[in-house]
Amino acid sequence: MPLDATFAALADPTRRAILSRLAMGEATVNELAHPFTISQPAISRHIKVLEDAGLILRRINGTHRPCRLAPQALDPLDHWLRNLRAAMESNYQRLDALLAQTPDGKDAK
Amino acid sequence: MTLQITRTSPTTLTITRHFAAPPARVWAAHTDPALLRQWMGGYDGWTMTVCDVDLRLGGTFRYAFLETATGYSFAITGTYDVIEAPHRMVHIEIMHMPDPTPEDRVETRFDAEGTGTLITMTMTVVDAATMEAMIATGMTDGMEVSYKRLETLQFTAG
Repeated sequence: MPLDATFAALADPTRRAILSRLAMGEATVNELAHPFTISQPAISRHIKVLEDAGLILRRINGTHRPCRLAPQALDPLDHWLRNLRAAMESNYQRLDALLAQTPDGKDAK
Repeated sequence: MTLQITRTSPTTLTITRHFAAPPARVWAAHTDPALLRQWMGGYDGWTMTVCDVDLRLGGTFRYAFLETATGYSFAITGTYDVIEAPHRMVHIEIMHMPDPTPEDRVETRFDAEGTGTLITMTMTVVDAATMEAMIATGMTDGMEVSYKRLETLQFTAG
């Protein structure tokens, strides 16, 4: 998995906005360019970066090449949620142990 | 009850968990530095090195954490926006990795549930792109820290 390419692709706010739009479904370059003030060629370059990073897929439909989110594009979210869950669960298990002590035990260091 | 984390909208995460103690004690464990230090260390191998809490409206807190083995450290700072002891708290939080993350508004509810407490934490960022960035940053730090930052951050440990 090209991690560096993924991070570089996600580091740009326009590319993250494009991914957010694609999370709602397939879109053409024209549709993706619509909310932005930058030119369509600039959008196309962003799309190329996302495609090279494996975050989006394109198919051919006549003269159009609509984009959609690659299934693995959501992996960073899953990975991050797993990390967050693991860190919080470690904390909360210690908190369970703390709360299991008698209330006046809270002064114990 | 198990910890549940759900992305409830493009800009929010909602976290719930049950604790076997009444809200007053769970609240105390979240606001008294002497108690916070006993549980808020994150992963095993990490220690909490700073726990400063000024619990009043507009007051601030600062937590800092250190991974003993690598010397990697990061901090969380925040400002209290709503304090309704022992049922509801809102704070605005920034993580320092060391680069600061965008602001995260965290509402924590402490609701009585049976003889215990149900915590419901809702984390809200300003827009979907910020949530994506937070996720990308968390992933970068989580995965690359052990490799890329190890050498430079040894200084922090000394």
